[in-house]
Amino acid sequence: MSNHASKRRGTDSSYDDLSFSIKRWLSSDGNLTRLFVIMVLVFVTMAILSPRTFLSLDSFSSMAFQFPVLGILSLAMMLSMISGGIDLSIVGIANLTSILAAMVMVRLIPEGASAGTSLLYIAVGIVCAMIVGILCGLLNGFAVAKIGIPPILVTLGSMQMFMGLAIVITKGQAIVGLPEQFSAIGNGSVVGIPMPLIIFILCIGAAYLLLNRRPFGMKLQLLGSNPTASRYGGIRNTTVLLKTYALSGLLASIAGLVMIALTNSAKADYGTSYILQAILVVVLGGVNPNGGFGKIAGVVMAVLTLQFLSSGLNALHVGNFFKDFIWGIVLILVMVINVVSPRMKWKRKPAG
Amino acid sequence: MPKALIELNHINKSFAGVHALKDVSLRIDYGEVHCLAGENGCGKSTLIKVMSGVHAPDHGEIRIDGELRSQLNPIEAINSGVQVIYQDFSIFPNLTVAENIALNGELAQRKKWINWSKMRQTAKQALDKVGVDLDLNAKVEHLSVADKQLIAISRALMHRAKLIVMDEPTTALTQKEVRALFRVIEGLKRDGISILFVSHKLEEVFELSERITIMRNGKNVISERTDQLNREKLVYYMTGRQIDESYYEVEKKTGTPLLRTDNLSLKGCFEHISLSIHPGEIVGLTGLLGSGRTELAESLFGLTPATGGLIYRDGQAVNIQSVQDAEGHGIAYVPEDRLTEGLFLEQSIERNMVVSVIDGQKDKWGMIDGKKVKSTVRSWIEKLGIVAHSPLSPVKTLSGGNQQRVVLARWLAANPKVLILNGPSVGVDIGSKEDIHQVIRDLARQGLGVLMISDDLPELRQNCNRVLVMKRGRIIGESEGKSFTQEVWSQLHDGHDEEAGLAENRGSTA
Repeated sequence: MSNHASKRRGTDSSYDDLSFSIKRWLSSDGNLTRLFVIMVLVFVTMAILSPRTFLSLDSFSSMAFQFPVLGILSLAMMLSMISGGIDLSIVGIANLTSILAAMVMVRLIPEGASAGTSLLYIAVGIVCAMIVGILCGLLNGFAVAKIGIPPILVTLGSMQMFMGLAIVITKGQAIVGLPEQFSAIGNGSVVGIPMPLIIFILCIGAAYLLLNRRPFGMKLQLLGSNPTASRYGGIRNTTVLLKTYALSGLLASIAGLVMIALTNSAKADYGTSYILQAILVVVLGGVNPNGGFGKIAGVVMAVLTLQFLSSGLNALHVGNFFKDFIWGIVLILVMVINVVSPRMKWKRKPAG
Repeated sequence: MPKALIELNHINKSFAGVHALKDVSLRIDYGEVHCLAGENGCGKSTLIKVMSGVHAPDHGEIRIDGELRSQLNPIEAINSGVQVIYQDFSIFPNLTVAENIALNGELAQRKKWINWSKMRQTAKQALDKVGVDLDLNAKVEHLSVADKQLIAISRALMHRAKLIVMDEPTTALTQKEVRALFRVIEGLKRDGISILFVSHKLEEVFELSERITIMRNGKNVISERTDQLNREKLVYYMTGRQIDESYYEVEKKTGTPLLRTDNLSLKGCFEHISLSIHPGEIVGLTGLLGSGRTELAESLFGLTPATGGLIYRDGQAVNIQSVQDAEGHGIAYVPEDRLTEGLFLEQSIERNMVVSVIDGQKDKWGMIDGKKVKSTVRSWIEKLGIVAHSPLSPVKTLSGGNQQRVVLARWLAANPKVLILNGPSVGVDIGSKEDIHQVIRDLARQGLGVLMISDDLPELRQNCNRVLVMKRGRIIGESEGKSFTQEVWSQLHDGHDEEAGLAENRGSTA
């Protein structure tokens, strides 16, 4: 027995090395490497094609305001997809919760309130939105984990429900006139960094810790790769799924708040195209649609790639429809590369 | 010299680095009952899949009727008369007997309309050939395992089979049904059909076959006429070592048992189970598939909580409603199906190993303590002698034996008091099997209580101090471990009641 062990120890000295190296991290996952190369490639191509518009400070600043909403929604989508499910209701949750927040901030706020009072109402609105986001997520989680309905059906239904509720509440009208202090979240900057970007970075940090450093994250990934084995392994599947969908709801509500802060209004049908885009980003980012695997870095790189592509095409004055076409091509291309390249690796060193 | 029906010459086959078949040759003659013997995991199943066209060999040639077949696929194999009856029979439980037998043939002819009366007629003919009388309209799911097997055989005959390969056909049969199957096989032989009988049960091998091919660790060791072999030689060739029948013995235990059940029942699965396990005991539990043994284990582990009766841990009545309850009471379970229930195949060895203890590996911030995890993983890899490239590689890259050690390590890391093992050496190579047995015995000597569920009589005999036999949801007998032979098993199991008949069905459909 001991000679087996010593044989093993000879081959994996890297296992004991706790230090971090970008090179090893990138090479540990072929998908991340490829994604990184694609991201750089898209950036360089756009820079060459329209150096003056794409590489300008204005363009970077507008990008930094644009992608955080999609980024936060993608993080929400990622969590449910790692569990082996999907959450189609995130945009519905984002709209419903942000409408509630907007109503608190616009309709409940007393006329001519002092700055202090309106800050209080803003805070109440934000907290309200986040709590309702968590509740909406728990509802999804309950239907998935306790009742056992497939996630795609549950969230398709709840998407309709949340959206319908939002329309009923607002009678289809937009809520406008959010307090200035709140709009600052959408349009302000701190030391030159746009607020939405800061919020996105905070979300990334929290999601990273949750997924990679907390036992919950490991349980989520194990559950996603084999729910039967996780049950036999002593994981409380129900609890993990409830938490996952609740977190997805929370992130969706944050995305909703950023969205209304950016546009200074709330409406029931904002950002509906974000659902499919979020799925696209997550899959592009290397999250396994069958569950079990996913890296935050991948999702972030995928969001950036799509933003570069989108802003670059704008700079080239390419129409919106053509943009969708190119996004689709990129997605399919990356899928093909992802499927084909591991096969080629196998051929090179058979029976490794 | 008789004419060869199928010849496999110097077959090699690897899967992701595991060399499953190494230069294996096999020849089966017309009208011959040939036995393929070997321990679990020696490559028998892979060889069958090569000859039936499921796997293409990396090297080597396949000849059927002397003709070289380099691109054999399953359809060609069937057309050449090679039929395999797998352990699960591949039949459709929701269809009737007639449909199961004749539907494939109908579909293969690409007719637009199904001729039901003709289908029934062909099904009847096929059943007559085997010499059995079954209701053609009966739904297959209501039949016994033995009847399902006969249907599979009848279906094979429909395709003008020349060779019928039976993969471990007696695993789920009672002694009586085994006798009936042997009569069917003799009948087929008289009709000139060759049989390849795959088994690791020595008694059957000797009784049935004319020639025996023995495989070990992916190589064929010997191919010999049955009358040239005897039991000792066969075991020697199968295991590569002289039979070392050492037994696990403990003195009679009297104190408070670690685990005791009192009239434990689960509706439709088992009833009135009263057993006790003392510290240091390895208690065997055996019975046919569907006897309720797995359900009992899963109830003790909280997966399907029992509906009646009591469980005592160290003399205290405990309520086990979930896996977490069982874990809390120090009960661990290594499940029957390693691939679907035990492992997260795509995930790393590390994660597979720490899943059940991860909540105890946190630092003061509630984050996973990487150092603690690594030291846990490293210590178990060393203790159980797991051979792996790196703890970060996916667990699916390991051999069966090493995978089983990973599942074992996961639960031993949780420091259990009672360990339930369900089929601990299924699909595990002989070396690993011995090592795993050694680990279990050592742990038992240190005071662990073990419940070992197995089909493998020698495994039970050598490792258990007592063996319990289950049948139709009840414990029907108990034997001393070292005297638990095939004869004792048959006596306990088949002698229990002869009014079987009806009840067989219930036992086997579960």
